[in-house]
Amino acid sequence: MSEPLLKVRGLKIEGRSDETWNPIINGVDMDLNKGEVIGLIGESGAGKSTIGLASMGFTRDGVRISEGSVVFDGVDLVTASAADKRALLGKRIAYVAQSAAASFNPAHKLIDQHTEGPVQHSVSNKAESQEDGIELYRRLRLPNPEEIGFRYPHQVSGGQLQRAMTAMAMACRPDLIIFDEPTTALDVTTQIEVLASIRDIVEQFDTAAIYITHDLAVVAQMADKIKVLLKGDEVEEADTRTMLANPTQDYTKSLWAVRSFERPAKPSVVTGSTPIVSVKNVTAAYGTVDVLHDVSFDIHAGRTVAVVGESGSGKSTTARCITGLLPPRKGYIEFEGVQMPLDYRRRDKNQLRQAQMIYQMADTALNPRKTIGETIGRPVEFYLGLKGKEKRAKVDALLDEIELEPTEYFNRLPSELSGGQKQRIGIARALAAEPKFIICDEVTSALDQLVAEGILKLLAKLQDQLGLSYMFITHDLATVKSISDEVVVMKDGVVVEQGEKADMFTPPHHPYTDLLLSSVPEMDPDWLDNLLEQRGVDNIGDAAVDKM
Amino acid sequence: MTLLYLALFAAVLFGVAYVFRLVGRSATGNAPFFRDMPFGVAYGYMLAAFLLLFGIYYYLKPVDLEGVPQAGVMFFRWAVQGFIMFAAAAFVFRLIFRNVGTEGTKKLFRSMPLTAAFGVMIIIAYAFVSIFAGLIAPYGQEEILGAANIVPGGNPAMGGNPEYPLGTDQIGRDILSRLIYGAQNTVGIAFVTTCLAFFIGGSLGFLAATLGGWLDQLLSRAVDALMAIPALIFALLLITIATAWAGSASWQVTIYMIFIIAIIDSTRVFRLSRAVGLNIVVMDYIEAAKLRGEGLGYLVFREMLPNAYAPLLAEFGLRFCFVFLTIASLSFLGVGIQPPLADWGTMVRDLSQFINFAAFAPNVAVAPLLAAGAIALLTVGVNFVVDWMLHKSSGLKE
Repeated sequence: MSEPLLKVRGLKIEGRSDETWNPIINGVDMDLNKGEVIGLIGESGAGKSTIGLASMGFTRDGVRISEGSVVFDGVDLVTASAADKRALLGKRIAYVAQSAAASFNPAHKLIDQHTEGPVQHSVSNKAESQEDGIELYRRLRLPNPEEIGFRYPHQVSGGQLQRAMTAMAMACRPDLIIFDEPTTALDVTTQIEVLASIRDIVEQFDTAAIYITHDLAVVAQMADKIKVLLKGDEVEEADTRTMLANPTQDYTKSLWAVRSFERPAKPSVVTGSTPIVSVKNVTAAYGTVDVLHDVSFDIHAGRTVAVVGESGSGKSTTARCITGLLPPRKGYIEFEGVQMPLDYRRRDKNQLRQAQMIYQMADTALNPRKTIGETIGRPVEFYLGLKGKEKRAKVDALLDEIELEPTEYFNRLPSELSGGQKQRIGIARALAAEPKFIICDEVTSALDQLVAEGILKLLAKLQDQLGLSYMFITHDLATVKSISDEVVVMKDGVVVEQGEKADMFTPPHHPYTDLLLSSVPEMDPDWLDNLLEQRGVDNIGDAAVDKM
Repeated sequence: MTLLYLALFAAVLFGVAYVFRLVGRSATGNAPFFRDMPFGVAYGYMLAAFLLLFGIYYYLKPVDLEGVPQAGVMFFRWAVQGFIMFAAAAFVFRLIFRNVGTEGTKKLFRSMPLTAAFGVMIIIAYAFVSIFAGLIAPYGQEEILGAANIVPGGNPAMGGNPEYPLGTDQIGRDILSRLIYGAQNTVGIAFVTTCLAFFIGGSLGFLAATLGGWLDQLLSRAVDALMAIPALIFALLLITIATAWAGSASWQVTIYMIFIIAIIDSTRVFRLSRAVGLNIVVMDYIEAAKLRGEGLGYLVFREMLPNAYAPLLAEFGLRFCFVFLTIASLSFLGVGIQPPLADWGTMVRDLSQFINFAAFAPNVAVAPLLAAGAIALLTVGVNFVVDWMLHKSSGLKE
């Protein structure tokens, strides 16, 4: 067998913190042949992106490659001179970042940024490279390929931008592209489009790729072989089908098992009972533009209603109407049959107490200057009027409930917690008000799968113990499947379909629900092929949504 | 001709830098440090080396050339000596506090760069001097002593007097004592003024950020209008008006001055605290607090303010310097702190004509520089501390 294109041997990487060098990657080997795609998966902190960058001989500030070699086509990038690396990077090795929106320079047109690389590396001149760019846009199935390059980054959608960035990486026809979570920030329907185009173009040009992601179903579609990482160590590596069919390591099996969590169905609602929350014909506007149109649904005691839709569909806006942050223009909100004042400022303490909220970004939801004890203690004191020892006892009880050791966490600041722990504190703060109803706004979407599952289980446990009702806002249908009792599907501020979960997940569907459901990647390596065959290449993603 | 010399010098340095990099590469066996060194960096190294050599050469030139004092060399020597002295003092200061004090302060001083240690030292020294001015100063600030115009240095051969180590001014007041009292007046008044400016600007800024709407518009446009007028000229104008109201007592003018400068400077504080507040107010934890039904006071002082400490504290340091310089310039112009109270700005103005002696009698020319130096030292010190605090709060490492 010939020498591989990229050969990583004994790669060790260290990061500097608190005046010492701590290991991040503890010796990883990797071989990649021409035209081959390897998927790197693992939780955050596993070192996926660090390895991805190191494959270009690059490390972030405060990080260094301490040992090992990264040989690309005979050149060791670890010891190569800056000039030698400059000649390779961009020309023969390219990088596609997670957030295309943050990676494009907002002050220049797409095509001008596209041509920069080829011109810099003297691969072609500006005019030729522009033509080639348009050709690439066409192959990546961007709408109006002749014209789209002459727009600025803010004038195209997120999915289109991600594809334009892939085109840019392709501009010099590199031998190796590193994709760092290119679809994580996208909606499911847009994700398919990007996945299909990336896969096509990589196949067409016989490009090798390193595909970094935490989504197993995505990597199943993209990669020829998969490497699983855990805290800087390799867990196992195998080709995709073998890996999916029978993983050998326990850790890999636990990753696979996550997707199987589902809570048992609850008895259906007694007809005629008063719902905890009911949204009545709500129409709301930002400024003069209506973003919600005549939205109505009920949430009954002890049940979870999942509100599903893509970004911009009005899920969070509905939550803002319920809490009173955005008073509806028409319609109203009822709590247990009583109409609430529309504006939260006009609601009294008891009314405010009834609806609590858990936020998506635990980082911005907790005051960074307040200890956990203060954060949870405040609603306890504010609503329940407890002080001193009683307050402390209540806070300790709450910390116990969210499965964190009270003595250890009481005096910590949010910065001393992990993402999952922060989200638990957010839950405790909501519980401290002793509410009947909690709005969960994308509470798991910023978390790793294993951690997210822990949060979902905790929420389910609390619901059983305390009889809480949840409104669960999410774009992740796997989460919906695992936790909800009822589902409300929203699109462009309108409720498209609503009903019991069992009904929603069995056909016949509303066409939009069908599109959403069929767009969720599955752990079957043939899933994308089958889907494309079914729908046809021009009928996926945005195009399909637009046709509705 | 000078241009030609400069061009020649640059060309020679170009060659030297090229040779330096080439020699470095071959001597170290192409180590990454020399291998990846851009030419600009090599040029920079050589330029720095040249400047260092020139500095040493200039430092070693004779002070006295056939009876004529070389003022340039003398001032350069004093500057270098002062620099080394202060650096050494800051180093010793930091060393002491790394080993003395509580665990917390020890840790603080261990992570402190030398510049910040210098700043802290200066601030402590100034605070000490201004609080205990009455005890430290050898004479009173208004006391007129025997001889006028005694040269600083305390050397009788040069026209000095050991009893007045920094000399006396034109009407025979001891400059050292006036410098010490000046610290009390200038620094004390500047501190009060800055606190007042922060109280006004900070609370209004946060209020505008939290409430928004017409209140924000009203306050912001008013601040825009105030900021459109050049600050020093506006202050001069207002003080002139205030003097007409103030009556005869000079302390009344000072009180008016404090309020005028505080209001003018509070516009800058308003801008900053509003901007900082706007960034905080969109956070989810503020929304959570609002939905909990918290009052405005709790929102501003318990949720927002703790998150704004870092930028506000840094601004406090900078603002203090500006206020302090404004007061000194107003005093220099004759409308600030009124005589006979000692004030550094006034002292610079009173002694300013001695600067003309610099060429042939460097010792005499030092007199006005003493007060100016006291101002500069505090400004530099405060800025060092502010830089350090900003760096710490931004979470940057190394």
